[in-house]
Amino acid sequence: MSNGTLEIKAISGHAGPVAGRDTSRDYDVCKLIDVTTCIGCKACEVACLEWNGYPFRETVFDNTYQTMPDLAWNYYNLIRFNEHVAEDGTFSWLMRKDGCMHCADPGCLLACPADGAIVQYANGIVDFNQDNCIGCQYCVTGCPFNIPKFNHETKKVHKCTLCSDRVGAGLEPACIKACPTGCLHFGSKDDMKDLADKRVKQLHEHTSHKSAGVYDPPGVGGTHVIYVLHDIDHPQYYGGLPKDPRVPLLVRIWKGPLKWLGNFAIAAGVIAAATHFVRYGPKKVEEPKKEEVV
Amino acid sequence: MTNGWIDIKNTDMMLIMGGNPAENHPCGFKWPVEAKRERNAKMIVVDPRFTRTAAVADKFLQIRAGADIAFLGGMINYALENQRIAKEYLVNYTNASFVIKEGFKLPDDGLYSGYDHDKQTYDKSTWNYEGAGAHQAPSGKASQSGEAPAPPLAPRQAPPPPSLPPNVIYDTSLAHPRCVYQLLKQQYSRYTPEMVERITGIPKDQFREAADMFTSVRKDGDMKKVATIIYAVGWTQHSFGAQIIRAAAMLQLLLGNIGRAGGGVNALRGHSNIQGATDVAGIFDSLPGYLKVPNPTDKDFAAWMTRITPGSSKPKDWDSFNYYSNTPKFAVSFLKSMYGDAATKQNDWAFDYLPKVDREYSWVHIWDDMYQGKVKGVLSFGMNSVAIGPNSQKTINALKKADWLVVCEIYPDETSEFWKSPGISTDDMKNIPTEVYRLPGAGFAEKDGTFVNSARWLQWKWAAVPPPGDCQLDQAILARIFLKVRELYQKEGGKFPDPILNLTWNHLDPNNPSLSELAKELNGRAISDVTDAPTQTTMKAGQQLPGFSWLRDDGSTSCGNWIWCGSWTEAGALTQRRGTDDPSGLGIYPNWAWSWPMNRRVLYNRASCDLNGKPWDPDRRQVWWNEAQKKWLGVDVPDFKPDSAPKDHMGPFIMNPEGVGRLFVPLAGMADGPFPEHYEPFESPVANLFHPQQNTNPVVKKYTSDMDKYGTPDQGFTVICTTYRLTEHYHYWTKNNPMNVQLVPQMFVEIPVELAADLGIKGGEKVKVSSARGTYIAKAMVTRRIKPMTIDGKKVYQIGIPIHQGYRGIQEDAGRESKTLANLLSPTVTDPNAYTPEFKGFLVKLEKA
Repeated sequence: MSNGTLEIKAISGHAGPVAGRDTSRDYDVCKLIDVTTCIGCKACEVACLEWNGYPFRETVFDNTYQTMPDLAWNYYNLIRFNEHVAEDGTFSWLMRKDGCMHCADPGCLLACPADGAIVQYANGIVDFNQDNCIGCQYCVTGCPFNIPKFNHETKKVHKCTLCSDRVGAGLEPACIKACPTGCLHFGSKDDMKDLADKRVKQLHEHTSHKSAGVYDPPGVGGTHVIYVLHDIDHPQYYGGLPKDPRVPLLVRIWKGPLKWLGNFAIAAGVIAAATHFVRYGPKKVEEPKKEEVV
Repeated sequence: MTNGWIDIKNTDMMLIMGGNPAENHPCGFKWPVEAKRERNAKMIVVDPRFTRTAAVADKFLQIRAGADIAFLGGMINYALENQRIAKEYLVNYTNASFVIKEGFKLPDDGLYSGYDHDKQTYDKSTWNYEGAGAHQAPSGKASQSGEAPAPPLAPRQAPPPPSLPPNVIYDTSLAHPRCVYQLLKQQYSRYTPEMVERITGIPKDQFREAADMFTSVRKDGDMKKVATIIYAVGWTQHSFGAQIIRAAAMLQLLLGNIGRAGGGVNALRGHSNIQGATDVAGIFDSLPGYLKVPNPTDKDFAAWMTRITPGSSKPKDWDSFNYYSNTPKFAVSFLKSMYGDAATKQNDWAFDYLPKVDREYSWVHIWDDMYQGKVKGVLSFGMNSVAIGPNSQKTINALKKADWLVVCEIYPDETSEFWKSPGISTDDMKNIPTEVYRLPGAGFAEKDGTFVNSARWLQWKWAAVPPPGDCQLDQAILARIFLKVRELYQKEGGKFPDPILNLTWNHLDPNNPSLSELAKELNGRAISDVTDAPTQTTMKAGQQLPGFSWLRDDGSTSCGNWIWCGSWTEAGALTQRRGTDDPSGLGIYPNWAWSWPMNRRVLYNRASCDLNGKPWDPDRRQVWWNEAQKKWLGVDVPDFKPDSAPKDHMGPFIMNPEGVGRLFVPLAGMADGPFPEHYEPFESPVANLFHPQQNTNPVVKKYTSDMDKYGTPDQGFTVICTTYRLTEHYHYWTKNNPMNVQLVPQMFVEIPVELAADLGIKGGEKVKVSSARGTYIAKAMVTRRIKPMTIDGKKVYQIGIPIHQGYRGIQEDAGRESKTLANLLSPTVTDPNAYTPEFKGFLVKLEKA
């Protein structure tokens, strides 16, 4: 996965800073989302959709600028818009790009029972391989950020790949390339942490955002997507970003000390299912209800 | 923009008002963000709504739509009161010291001197400088540089209009009671923080904080820091829009921010090529390069030149370049470009071929004429006429009376389908005689040519894909229409065939002129050999000219648009350059595309230096005087006479006859006053606090047909409405694109939480917005981003409507939209200077649908 040779040093006909230059991309990648300079333009949403080749979907007006209420199996990148009134009456309009955090200690991977369905690369990217996915959705339970989304038709789970295909070829993720204000950065975790710390220091010294901070939650071993937030004490204001995310205890116990019990349960489950099949025959699949359009 | 997009990164302070760049210019917005990140620049945002731009601002103030002059006047007052001004700059680079004629009156009662109540216009003769002696110079006199010979005065009946005195009385101590500075102080002393609060709704403490922040760049006489003002159509779309921008320019002159890297007054253009459209005269009262059109009083070419070529007007010890003294060279070269050999000295350069514009022919006026039955047909290219103008129903009704309509578009649009707009039944359609032609046009990615961006760069672009199917390039369609018309004139003669028969049409393929041919024509070439006297260099006949200093008024040069001269030279198309070198680090990128005029990136950059020609800030030096070489040098192209030594005191504002920036605009410069004054929007919920008897702009343009209705609070129209665009959509196009529709699927009305509660409206419910002219229906977006305002003790609500709903599009065709255009609501009332309609701040009522 080393892509040092494909690291971009210069781009022809390109004004301004070259994305990713002077940053090391070997092994340990990171996306930095500086929420304090995000304008919610949704260029990242469109770039994500187009790179991944997903079709456009019908959405419904929901009293917000937000494209849809939540991420979807074919919508990995969603800006969450939140109107927030502070205790002193100060109003702010918070826009946070939501998507997979690529945890160093990924709850999804821990919870997943299918061999090879979830891969964590040495560079930090946590990727789903739908060929191996059995559709059990344990990853959904394992994720403290509510990211993986289930496709009811294919019975597979999907989420942001951090553009592992692009990164593998030495490119930055599609969202980074599309971002017009440069609120998205991409590079090594160390470099991004430095950049984030520098920005936080600047916010403390030169703006009214005295509670600014870097969101890189230790409860999941740190993440390969990190945020600069105006208010690090209240990540929940930014559309449900958990304050201290952890892999659910049950998943940890289940996949740790009690794994034998799990295996036993699976075996028991298989036997039960076989018995059920013998007695009642195959299950009828219900068509998923289509969203009603107003 | 006086500066450019990239230059914003050099600023220390931003006032963003009358624009929402994060929403409407997200790509350009990287530069304000860069200024914040790299220079700790501060950003102040003033808007009727808490916008996407406000979301990243350091300070946000919610203003009542249309109260902008009150706010800016308050800023001017604050700067003067607290001496946050650039004294040396103000005295030497502006007309602060110029003495104004006796008899000039400030608008304490809402009217400047010279108002004619019957005609609703001003006699502007007192809006002038006091000249030394009683001498009134005839206009059109050449400047001291002696570059332009004065054309002889033609005999005429009417007395010559008043002109600027060549020798202006001035007082650099700024103490003279009638000097501009004193009048300015007097005018804006009324704009106290208390008044600002009562008019704009911005609490005075918040106003003071913002004023203190913005003017802090001149704290303790410091001249190093720079502030910029960034705006867009939120300022222009008022019945006093041009004066709002004037107020901004005055504030910047007071603070010495114009001409400087990171400074300026910066208009953000809302389309990729709207700057280009303006440059080539997309408006009735100018010719390409902003030359003023002839009017019927101009009996011949000389008379026209006399009227539009200014003589310099300055203190006697100062110098003025008065670059517009070269107007005859630009005009003759333009006529040579239009009519070639048919334009000769003997026939007055074919002056008779030019239309003589006798009155206003602005957008709203054209449609009024059509509604009155005077205009019989329209070619609608590159726009959606029904949707973009005010009072859409009037436009639709006007089209019903037209004989024919030609629409060139890439989608079926509202204009070409006006005859089936909502409310027209199948029976009604039978009674609409208008013959409609819909021509399949090519999209922007299917054409080559230039875009001129907000920063005045002419950037060539190449077609990405060919137009699909039968779609044609605009120039191919227009060429065929022209050739057919010419053929008719050839066959049938007609009243006045000469302008059509003699129009230059030298194209390899006359049916489809290439845009590179046109670009070369716009740049201009030598018709016979031309020699530049100072350098003794010669351009041979047929060669592309390197710049407008080569233009001649003897017929030896041809140039379609003088300000673009230098864009396509013998070196090739400079618009196609993509050099990424930026040696100064100021983001000038001198080899990227080409910027008019003469590749200058910051206009008036002489003003970035003190009187001695030394940069105010050595770290951001743009140009400077080199005493050894006796000339101006710079990392940018000096916008100045290159060998004018600082001791000669030539003013940096070389396009003004005064050579200095205008705090006071004399004579005919502005229709509604030499200084901006606060007037209420034409429809306003409150009376003008300065002068209730003169509530609105005294020279505002309004219309009188049965379709031109105006609402008042008494009729129940009590809510202020403003209109705007969204990032996710582009006008009326992207509702045909599933990607954009996905991002914002349905149009909405932004309503304050409190107003929604009063009316029992919940988010997502349908609401009806009505004005005196029409009704708009969409879903409610109930938000805290617009707060109720207190205007002079009275509670006032504002709502906002994105303009993207129409009656053709994915959602419209699927029956998911109400098919009402936002502009069914807006009034046919326009600014008297630029004729821009008042799309911002009109009155409506709101109810559940």
